[in-house]
Amino acid sequence: MSISIEEIKKPENIVYRKPALLTDNVMHYCPGCSHGTVHKLVAEVIEEMGIQDKTIGVCPVGCSVFAYNYIDIDWQEAAHGRAPALATATKRLCPDKYVFTYQGDGDLASIGTAEIIHACGRGENIVVIFINNGIYGMTGGQMAPTTLIGMKTATTPYGRDPKLNGFPLVIADMLAHLDGTAYITRQSVHTAPAARKAKSAIRKAFEYSQKGIGLSFVEIVSTCNSGWKMSPVDANKWMVEHMFAKYPIGDIKDVLNDK
Amino acid sequence: MAEKILMKGNEAIAISAIRNGVDGYFGYPITPQSEVMETLMKEKPWETTGMVVLQAESETSSINMVYGGASCGKKVMTSSSSPGVSLMCEGISYMAGAELPCVVVDVMRGGPGLGTIQPSQSDYNQIVKGGGHGDYHNIVIAPASAQDMYDFVDWGFELAFKYRNPVVVLADGIIGQMMEKVEMHPMKPRRTDKEILETAPWATTGKPSTRERNIITSLSLDADIQERFNRKLKDKYRIIEETEVKYSEYMTEDAEYLFVAFGCSSRICEAVVDELRADGIKAGLLRPITLYPFPKDEIARLGRQVKSMMSVELNLGQMVEDVRLAVNGTCPVYFYGRQGGNIYTPEEIVAEFRKANGMA
Amino acid sequence: MKEEIIIAGFGGQGVLSMGKILAYSAIMQDMEVTWMPSYGPEMRGGTANVCVILSDRKIGSPIVTKYDTVIALNQQSLDKFEKTVKPGGLLLYDPNGITRAPERTDIEVHKIDAIAVAAKIGNSKVYNMAVLGGFLKLRPIVSMENVEKGLAKSIPARYSDLISMNKAAIEEGMESVE
Repeated sequence: MSISIEEIKKPENIVYRKPALLTDNVMHYCPGCSHGTVHKLVAEVIEEMGIQDKTIGVCPVGCSVFAYNYIDIDWQEAAHGRAPALATATKRLCPDKYVFTYQGDGDLASIGTAEIIHACGRGENIVVIFINNGIYGMTGGQMAPTTLIGMKTATTPYGRDPKLNGFPLVIADMLAHLDGTAYITRQSVHTAPAARKAKSAIRKAFEYSQKGIGLSFVEIVSTCNSGWKMSPVDANKWMVEHMFAKYPIGDIKDVLNDK
Repeated sequence: MAEKILMKGNEAIAISAIRNGVDGYFGYPITPQSEVMETLMKEKPWETTGMVVLQAESETSSINMVYGGASCGKKVMTSSSSPGVSLMCEGISYMAGAELPCVVVDVMRGGPGLGTIQPSQSDYNQIVKGGGHGDYHNIVIAPASAQDMYDFVDWGFELAFKYRNPVVVLADGIIGQMMEKVEMHPMKPRRTDKEILETAPWATTGKPSTRERNIITSLSLDADIQERFNRKLKDKYRIIEETEVKYSEYMTEDAEYLFVAFGCSSRICEAVVDELRADGIKAGLLRPITLYPFPKDEIARLGRQVKSMMSVELNLGQMVEDVRLAVNGTCPVYFYGRQGGNIYTPEEIVAEFRKANGMA
Repeated sequence: MKEEIIIAGFGGQGVLSMGKILAYSAIMQDMEVTWMPSYGPEMRGGTANVCVILSDRKIGSPIVTKYDTVIALNQQSLDKFEKTVKPGGLLLYDPNGITRAPERTDIEVHKIDAIAVAAKIGNSKVYNMAVLGGFLKLRPIVSMENVEKGLAKSIPARYSDLISMNKAAIEEGMESVE
């Protein structure tokens, strides 16, 4: 005799549920993409801190342009690269709100460098979540400022050549030099322990944003298995071997805990 | 009695913003409008009304700060001059697409490119016809005095919130730099959080459990949805065109010749009309105060009354196209302009008028 | 009544602030005013000028090419603006450093040694007020009472002790104009 799905969906059988703040919309992300995991972590942090009604998110242009479809909070959709400018005004005009941007490497590290550097320079009390997968996902896998040397993309079909394309930008380390930043960390979400650490980092960033000590920046080194043309498992492996070598995981700056 | 202060048009913008309950100003220095932010910084309104004033790293950033602030339902504004406004046009298009209210002050200078820093009206096409990409309109209001600069900030916000649309105050270097007497009206307080919730229920104020999440975006990706939205905008623009046209007339009642001029040019043309009238020539002046919506019906009516019109602009002939469209061939429409930051004198315009009308 | 005035001289002579004090004084007398400076690179060193229009009616064009009064405080300004005085109008100039005196005979020409007035008062900064005094003696458009009010409006409160010195320079300028 078979049992129906309704019989299985009993409270006593529930071992895991998605965060209440993740909507039921089907995500458009490719299977294996890191965005879905990071969205979940952000939703969990907002839910656990009980700040849904105090949080305003700013979406980028890039794959996560539709983040507003997935996390049940108020959102602003920025022009390409400009999210820190929107967040700056939002936080200054509504200082009791938690304000964060969610940006990819094309958005933040290429077209939006002026906005992120000056938001950091001014010490805006916002959270920036930076997805670094070394490639432009949405437009079809072109080179990003964070693309590794030798890495093949649609616009570096023979591999990134520093003579032709220059060198990767190590954004988090650059921003750590700025006096206006309070917390700079680099995390990943490719394993359950890594995701747990990333979640703690996101939570700390949200908490810091209400302390008036400056900008908190959480980089998530991520995979883009579609763009990288790999299976999700191979992409994780490649990320650990290659991306982590250039973008090592761990805290870079924490003004409340650094000696 | 209202207090009367001698101030520059640029200073009037700043003082008016503070006194009319503006929540935030975000800008970047550029001649000839830098006094706006300088005055705000000197006045320190964050200590009195709580207004936020911030010098951004670029005009691109300023307009996107305005986008962020407007998304929260706040009264936010910026100001710049021609090259800076070019940089802002991306953001203005996004705000038109996201239906966000804001006021942008453009104190025009000579172009193209870096151009000059002297007064000009050469960005009429840019601001009135678009500027950014996509099918949209700014509501455009053109001040002609320091008092207008003062009054148009509040009027601009009224229109911006009424229609959830960017409003551009299209001024020029003369209006920005000239000092005149300005009458200050009683202070208006900034809106409270409760008032913002009531008047801007669409704003990102933090999602309570009692409503759906608010999303400020100009993205659709779906052609049909985008088309529906464009048509909704068109309906809005039709109402604006029916409701908000504003102009002033000088000696038009019996006019046989009409000048059409906006901003500082309309002031100069008043002197031209006086001079021609002194010579027995029945001249008149129509000054469009709203450039979008354009006073086309009144110009069409006058087109049937007068022998000819002359559009006088500090550019190579931009508004004249709208005048000709409105007149639709019922009378000749001449043009006279100066460029690059040069300004015509009334005598010069009189001479051009006589030449055009075969009176030389 | 409408008086169209241009004040021209070197940057640093207080041309713009003299225009501003004159304009403010006229506002105190309930007149309409415009104050339109030349601006930009030309105001860095070199010459500066400001056009002030005072009127008891709304002012149309803030741009004029012929003036009721030209106040020229150096040779370049005199050369440039002497020809712009309306026939029967007023030319007031400071003779210091002037190598070519005004030549027109169809206008009123007056001079004021404002450097001497400022020296007498003991502060070079009141130079422009001496000139203003000379002008007001020749064209008493605004009353001394309103000039005092205009001064109070134009001078920042922290310098309010300078009002009496400026007033003294204006009065001395009235005495010295020839």
